[in-house]
Amino acid sequence: MPLKSLQSSFLKGTFYLSGNEASAEGAIAAGCRFYAGYPITPSSELMERMAFRLREVGGVFIQMEDEIASICAVIGASWAGAKAMTATSGPGFSLMQEAIGYAAFTETPCVIVDVQRAGPCTGQATRVGSGDMMQVKWGSHGDYQIIAFSPWSSQEMYDFTIKAFNLSEKYRVPAFVMADEAVGHLRETVRIPEKIEIWNRKKQKGIPPFGTEEADGVPPMPSFGEGERLLVTGSTHDALGYRKTDDPEVHSKLVQRINLKILNHRKEIVETEEYFLEDAEVAILSYGFTARSSLYAVKGLRKEGRRVGMMRLKTIWPFPDEKVSELGKKVRKILVPEMNLGQVAGEVKKYVTCEVISFNQTNGEIIRPEKIKEELRKIL
Amino acid sequence: MPEITKLIHHYLRHDKKFPHVWCPGCGIGIFLGALIRAIDRIGYEKDEVVLVSGIGCSGRLPVYVDFNTLHTTHGRALTFATGIKLANPNLKVIVIMGDGDAVAIGGNHFIHAARRNIDLTAIIINNSIYGMTGGQSSPTTPYGMRSTTTVYSNIEQSFKISELAVTAGAVFVGRGTVYHAKLLDSLMEKAFLKRGFSVVEVISHCHTQYGRQNRLGSAVEMMKWQRDNAIPVEKSLKMRPEELEGKILIGVLVDRELPIYQEEYEKIRERAKASAERG
Ligand SMILES: Cc1ncc(C[n+]2csc(CCOP(=O)(O)OP(=O)(O)O)c2C)c(N)n1
Ligand code: SF4
Repeated sequence: MPLKSLQSSFLKGTFYLSGNEASAEGAIAAGCRFYAGYPITPSSELMERMAFRLREVGGVFIQMEDEIASICAVIGASWAGAKAMTATSGPGFSLMQEAIGYAAFTETPCVIVDVQRAGPCTGQATRVGSGDMMQVKWGSHGDYQIIAFSPWSSQEMYDFTIKAFNLSEKYRVPAFVMADEAVGHLRETVRIPEKIEIWNRKKQKGIPPFGTEEADGVPPMPSFGEGERLLVTGSTHDALGYRKTDDPEVHSKLVQRINLKILNHRKEIVETEEYFLEDAEVAILSYGFTARSSLYAVKGLRKEGRRVGMMRLKTIWPFPDEKVSELGKKVRKILVPEMNLGQVAGEVKKYVTCEVISFNQTNGEIIRPEKIKEELRKIL
Repeated sequence: MPEITKLIHHYLRHDKKFPHVWCPGCGIGIFLGALIRAIDRIGYEKDEVVLVSGIGCSGRLPVYVDFNTLHTTHGRALTFATGIKLANPNLKVIVIMGDGDAVAIGGNHFIHAARRNIDLTAIIINNSIYGMTGGQSSPTTPYGMRSTTTVYSNIEQSFKISELAVTAGAVFVGRGTVYHAKLLDSLMEKAFLKRGFSVVEVISHCHTQYGRQNRLGSAVEMMKWQRDNAIPVEKSLKMRPEELEGKILIGVLVDRELPIYQEEYEKIRERAKASAERG
């Protein structure tokens, strides 16, 4: 039964939840106490659940006038000390891009759930797609890094939302849960453990909040009102926050650090999952809802004795380059089925020398296992 | 150093490197004085004040003062401020915007912030032009005036920012000019003390862009224009519409009570909690 009203802030036990609802519960469990958003299909249920859950647990929920306002309010709340999030879909995600760059450059922890639908533009508003996989990495101008997960179940909507909060706090970076309509609306069992590991941002008085000795460090983050009289700016700034827009060294050091602090910690951030790869000749590389169809197809072909396997990307950004490159050495061919025109396949090609076959479907429907099987047969 | 200068210095970020970005004679500096004096008179702790701004000459102001500063993106200052205030209602949140910042790119946020009535103060430094980007027209450039993007003459009607704020629901709206510095001091103080969404529109001059393109003379001459064309609200009530043509009304335009967002929100929280406890 989907829950209407819940007593404790942090549920424990087994529940039957849609992906969107599970993500909202994950957020509450992770300590999120601020949500600002604007309605958009297929993410609205997440917002609606936050609207009543946050009020119950003493947090803040506000419906803003658009998605730009929503993400900006989230960033403001984060500097006031709250763990904050928003959720949206395609058109709203596009509107948020400038502010996402602001969050990356000012090193503001925040979580954004993008329940992807079939674009471009208004596209098929109620249908599934995964066309924002590159936008999430490159959507704002300039060079920066973010962290992005790709869930394939309600359970992972819950788990990855918590992970997104944790890593966002740890690395002071915007973190994304790149769901899709199918995962967002899917209703299935979610198991919530007794104990959940929670990260909170590091605070340390008198330490510069925007620079570290190390080239890839994460400085502590005080909040407004804690005695630091913070200076936060989206202009190029030194370790104390002072604008230094004419200083080439300050700029390059800052840009390097906000990239290296993520890239140099890839090993700790990146997660993948492997199926039947030990003796595989051909592998599927899959993520999101499509990975469910992929696994089904792989299992089917295994029953016929075919040597196929699968790697599932749980983390999309930073890109699991080492794992993908190892996979490329193990197999002859990699098939990448996607509900876009080959966004992640293009990234895979950067790291492997074996053949990469991009299999695309952009019709607003999930990719069925039979289709993936058929594609696999062609290349086996 | 005279006392008043000492006071200003007390509130500047000293490790912050002046010189500042403003042109000599710019009205923004005069406004900065009024802001500091009002904060000092009320007696806010430096640490409880957060100044939020967008991008522009006006938006640069919070960077120089020793409060908490969030220097954000162009047009969005009010939305960042909304998040700050709701996440920590103990902070005194003041938003500083240029006219382009507030009512062009940020126009939608401006009317919605007024409508919501969150306890914030929004200050708009209205210099009738885009100063920082080199003198392009703004939504407050008057009809018939020149800018680098209206080289023959501006054919659009301009916004009246204070009147817009009144209509959108702000509980306190005041307008002053940088010439009327004493009035400005008192408007700022009133706005800060008012609970709910308060607005102060500060008529300022950009002599280097707007003044130069329209041959309005030096900063001093532009301030004389402010002196000669501003009419106190009380006095305007006794004047005929023809007499008020082209004049700017200064003083308190509205001071009223409407439900405040945070207080309403608190009530909802109590209800939600009670209903959750009932199960
Ligand atoms: C999204 C975006 N568009 C455009 C700009 C460029 N820009 C910087 S300041 C400004 C206008 C400044 O005018 P105003 O807000 O009136 O402030 P003033 O400089 O006059 O104080 C513009 C258009 C920007 N920074 N961001
Ligand atoms: S350009 Fe105009 S508004 Fe900007 S500092 Fe100079 S005089 Fe002031």
